[in-house]
Amino acid sequence: MAESIATNEKTMTGETMTTMNDKPTEQSATEQSATEQSATEQSATERTGAAKFGAEAAVVPDDIALRVRDVSKSFRLPTEKTNSLKGALFNLLRGVRGYRIQQVLKDISFDVRKGEFFGIVGKNGSGKSTLLKIISQIYGTDSGSVEVFGKLVPFIELGVGFNPELTGRENIYLNGAMLGFSKEEVDAMYDDIVDFAELRDFMEQKLKNYSSGMQVRLAFSVAIKSQGDILVLDEVLAVGDEAFQKKCQDYFFEAKRQKKTIILVTHSMGDVRRYCDRAMFIKDGLIAQIGDPDTIADAYSNSFLGTTANAEGVTDTKKRGVDVIKVRMLVDGEEQKYLDKYEDFEIEVTFDCDAPISSQALRVDVVDGRGWLVFSLPDPDDGPQVIQPGRHVIRYKVSNELAFGDYHLDIAYDDGTKRYLIMPSCYQFHMKGYATSAMPVTAPHVTTEID
Amino acid sequence: MQILEIFSKKNWVLLKAMVATDFKLRYQQSFLGYIWSVLKPLMLFTVMYMVFVRFLRFGDAVPHFSVGLLLGITMWNCFVEASSGAMISVVNHGDLMRKINFSKFVVVISAMMSALINFGINFVVVVIFALINGVELHLSALMILPLTLELIVFSLGVGFYLGALYVNFRDLNPIWEVVIQAGFYATPIIYPLSMVVTNLGPQWGPLISKVMLLNPMAQIIQDARHFIISDQNPIIWGSFNHSVIDFIPLVLSVLLLFGGISYFTRKSKTFAEMV
Repeated sequence: MAESIATNEKTMTGETMTTMNDKPTEQSATEQSATEQSATEQSATERTGAAKFGAEAAVVPDDIALRVRDVSKSFRLPTEKTNSLKGALFNLLRGVRGYRIQQVLKDISFDVRKGEFFGIVGKNGSGKSTLLKIISQIYGTDSGSVEVFGKLVPFIELGVGFNPELTGRENIYLNGAMLGFSKEEVDAMYDDIVDFAELRDFMEQKLKNYSSGMQVRLAFSVAIKSQGDILVLDEVLAVGDEAFQKKCQDYFFEAKRQKKTIILVTHSMGDVRRYCDRAMFIKDGLIAQIGDPDTIADAYSNSFLGTTANAEGVTDTKKRGVDVIKVRMLVDGEEQKYLDKYEDFEIEVTFDCDAPISSQALRVDVVDGRGWLVFSLPDPDDGPQVIQPGRHVIRYKVSNELAFGDYHLDIAYDDGTKRYLIMPSCYQFHMKGYATSAMPVTAPHVTTEID
Repeated sequence: MQILEIFSKKNWVLLKAMVATDFKLRYQQSFLGYIWSVLKPLMLFTVMYMVFVRFLRFGDAVPHFSVGLLLGITMWNCFVEASSGAMISVVNHGDLMRKINFSKFVVVISAMMSALINFGINFVVVVIFALINGVELHLSALMILPLTLELIVFSLGVGFYLGALYVNFRDLNPIWEVVIQAGFYATPIIYPLSMVVTNLGPQWGPLISKVMLLNPMAQIIQDARHFIISDQNPIIWGSFNHSVIDFIPLVLSVLLLFGGISYFTRKSKTFAEMV
């Protein structure tokens, strides 16, 4: 059955797995066909969409790594524990059903593209771990379908199946086998795993003689060094000592740059903002919001306050006659939000102005994670130029001396006496490097190019 | 059939890893290590031999009954180990099932394999013991191979049912212990089948001994004794005038396996939630 659905009108690469509702009830059968129908309709519209808008709107199934369609899931929660024969007979005699049904997920549909870092956030009990288990084919679904294109490696928990009586080496191979890797594949990953865990001297020791930190390090190394196509991680980032955390952060930076497909469930909005390309906010088993990680992170944080997102610095563009259209950050001409240490970058601002302005009036502020202004562009020593009305592109070439951390850009208008924030927090970027707070920040060398 | 997925490379690797781990850890930190897998049935055999053969004089009329006793114990142990191991296998691997998707058949088959490895080791001891006892081994002793296959089929069939049932009904463990104990005495292991005939008299004896052979374990053990040790051990084949009845234990084993697989397949979808 799996084949028939997955290859239905599409040509897929890689291994294909599908879970569909297998319950042979009439109702679910109709649901199933409805699901299939909507799925084909969806792909049909996508195809016509692709035809209409050319390459830009091309959501060809080829670059989809995971497709979830209308997934619902409910659990039977026993009201009286009937793990015994007596209990079951008793309930049968009394006509007690013995459980109530709790709907955990309702009609969840989303896609994860290849090379995407996809975040899933939600409060405890909102159903995100259940969703993750459905994606990982651990739980079946009541209705709906999950299609995975490629080898999916789930880490619902670290070190699943680790045996304390086995050595570190044996555990790596056992864990590998459980995740579906052959001996040869584990052989190929083995050195990487051991090096990353920094446990080479301990590989022939039994796991029970490891400290708990060492065990976690080994487990985490297996998780992130395993060569799957799609990595599924459930809140496993906060492990190990500070040095190891640092390594993990570096790994995620690398994974981002290498365009690995990662699905991450987390409560850390910092991680969502820093790593995710797209995120999904699950609330009470429904998709509350899906899209840009910053929006999702705000929505999630605000959901605890009980207020809706409300940006304080309302854009005040028209008054100044400046309309910022696009802000980008470039490394060697390519957009890049994840910067290496000392990696020089360019900030590109596209804007319209309806009156002549000074190049010193349009200011780009680089603000760090604590909200402190690090530096402001352009350099005040740069001779002011007059920018004529019309559309312009300004490029600031910056020699990077920033410390590790998260940053954002504010666009402001400075008329010489007063400063107006016209686009607060319009672009986020992140620095790789050491988490030393004492990194000196000097005004960097900047060259400005207009048009 | 979903069971066929067990033959995929991924599951095969997992099965090997599980069996190897089990084997490695079985006698962890014991002084004699693997020797125990031979020593334990031998010691058990010695006790039974002293009590039933030497003291109660069972099996005097049957040639090489002591060898037959050891063989019977070995085969029965294989069944007990496989079925009991299969029963707890799903629950024991519950933690794994909640976190990784893998073929659930693997855990039951892994229990079977562990039992089978033990049986293999023990069977070597049986053969050595038989040679010391002066049993002449004929080519017919090769019948042990199809008989082992039947033993696997029967044990797996029972094991799949037990493994799936045990997830919801933990009462099964003590119940199964009693059933095993009863089965041990209902199967001609510590006593020869001929004793049933002599003790119950000519009216009921022959019939009851034949009915006892309808139990697949009795049929397997008697067949093994017949083909390996001495053809004076009665077997089911040809004992009923109706040859279809002869096939009941074999057919029963096969049906159990298919039933077990289909039941296990149905239940395995919710193992991750139920365990």
